[in-house]
Amino acid sequence: MGPPGADGRFGEFGGRFVPESLVPACQELERAFSDAWADPEYRAKLDAILRDYGGRPTPVTECFRLSERLGVRVLLKREDLVHAGSHKLNNVVGQALLTQRMGKRRMVAETGAGQHGVAAATAAALLGLECTVYMGELDTERQELNVFRMELLGAQVRPVRSGSRTLKDAVNEALRDWVATVGHTHYCLGSVMGPHPFPYMVRELQRVVGDEARAQCRVLLDGRDPDVVVACVGGGSNAAGTFAGFVETAARLVGVEAAGGAAATNGIPGVLHGMRSLLLQDEAGQILEAESISAGLDYPGIGPEHASLGASGRAAYESATDDEVLAAFQLMAETEGILPALEPAHAIAWVVREAGRSVPEGSSVLVTLSGRGDKDVAQVRDLLATGRPPR
Amino acid sequence: MTVAAGPPALEPWLRARRAGGSKLLVPYLMGAMTEDWVEALQAVAAAGADAVEVGIPFSDPMMDGPVIQEASVRALDRGATPHQVIDDVAASGVQVPVAVMTYYNIVFRAGHRRMAQSLSAAGIGAAIVPDLPLEELGPWAEAADAASVATVLLVAPSTPAARVERICARARGFVYAVARMGVTGERESLGSETAEVVGRIRAATDAPVCVGVGVSTPSQARAACEIADGVVVGSALVRRLLEGGGPEAAGEFVGRLREALDEG
Repeated sequence: MGPPGADGRFGEFGGRFVPESLVPACQELERAFSDAWADPEYRAKLDAILRDYGGRPTPVTECFRLSERLGVRVLLKREDLVHAGSHKLNNVVGQALLTQRMGKRRMVAETGAGQHGVAAATAAALLGLECTVYMGELDTERQELNVFRMELLGAQVRPVRSGSRTLKDAVNEALRDWVATVGHTHYCLGSVMGPHPFPYMVRELQRVVGDEARAQCRVLLDGRDPDVVVACVGGGSNAAGTFAGFVETAARLVGVEAAGGAAATNGIPGVLHGMRSLLLQDEAGQILEAESISAGLDYPGIGPEHASLGASGRAAYESATDDEVLAAFQLMAETEGILPALEPAHAIAWVVREAGRSVPEGSSVLVTLSGRGDKDVAQVRDLLATGRPPR
Repeated sequence: MTVAAGPPALEPWLRARRAGGSKLLVPYLMGAMTEDWVEALQAVAAAGADAVEVGIPFSDPMMDGPVIQEASVRALDRGATPHQVIDDVAASGVQVPVAVMTYYNIVFRAGHRRMAQSLSAAGIGAAIVPDLPLEELGPWAEAADAASVATVLLVAPSTPAARVERICARARGFVYAVARMGVTGERESLGSETAEVVGRIRAATDAPVCVGVGVSTPSQARAACEIADGVVVGSALVRRLLEGGGPEAAGEFVGRLREALDEG
């Protein structure tokens, strides 16, 4: 997966659809990232923080009991073991360093489940930056503890009461903040979405996941690549980082969305949050509200590079229902002693469903476990108490 | 519907008004935001607007502050569609030029040509699409030009001079000078960057220049018109309609803006 075209396009998707006020800031960021990414000093600093602070490289864990149960060999890329609990740290450390490099002192971020917000607050604390996190009011209720966590880390959390009060509205609000503060503030976007250069930059910052995993899989699989590589997709940053490591191999790439927010499957080309991509929308072009138990996947769009990978057929995008996800969450806990976040539980749910079907018995499957499930425990308890899901 | 004569084309009209010594007043209201919004549109036009900006509601108005966001929500809750707003404008009989303001997904979803043609057929001669910057403008601008719909472009305080020139060369109708870095909404004062933005636009074009974003009171409008040709006033008017003031309050407010500009 190389750089996009000069206009920020991946095939027909991507681009930069922002108000004039933000165009110079996007151009500045594009130059800054391109300089930084080619600068060995920046790369060394980033690698050192991810290693000594973040705990990289993360292991690939073979799931012996689950594999036996499913009849396919399941390997997990353990991003849940990164400091702050998810792959999001890879991206925010890169962007926080970039913020300093651009001479800015503040970051704004949007968050759904709270993982990106927690990561952004963490990186801001580490590097001495101010941080404001926008979070849909509905999500602040679902993820109360993460709100407190961000506040402990010194971030200001602003609940967003407009629209569907979820992730897409948090993005709107973060963009509105950025328009007014762009002189001293960087928008630390959490996924492979938004205007160019964000989708490209965030994918590059996340490709460490796929690059590590490919080398690790070759050791575990006697020099071979996995047959199938699976990751969950909201905006799609952990999937983009994972796929970047495997796109040149023969592995089948699968992104799994929430059934209630399956923009890759049900979306129609459109423009939102600065990018042309596949979006859930009505006939007039009004954006629809995604619905999922997982706040991190409650997004009516998908990163433009995923839309392009789907259009070219190099990756396939599928979905998992809330019930399948809860069952997968429990299965992972009981068979492997791992509580996955509800987001990657979608990827696991897909493997559980497809093992012995589209994933033939004996196949090897790499799943990116993008985050840990501690944040979801209270919600899962409540969902199970109300009688869902059928096990 | 039939448009007998229809309103004049935006740019020649604004140039003529300016040549006649008038400051340009462009109020904004959100299409379909209230039951009686067409009456409000008529009242605003009758109270001395030189042109009216009509919003087509979008679910995710990222350039707008809380007041216009609320108006979008109300319009969408009332079942507003782009089609209906355009038809309402056509049927309103308003004789000053109307510019629609909406976000690009509404245009993209309808199709560039289809949107441009339906605006033109409704007698709407201009459009403002704030999330469509110069680099992405091509397909829409081509369709709009072909349908004689003027595409108004924005220049922001952050826009460098060389880019201002390119924007002004492509702008039609008037050039929209964004008074401050930020979203739409009422403010205590006119942005400190306003004069500089207008100056940069003046250096690049002799087209009419209207200042918007944060212009909320008659005295602010007058101050803006000391440096620019006119003003766009949105949130202050929309708030009055949201508060239930109706066409009367809208007309009264626009009348006061008009007076302030004429006195100035």
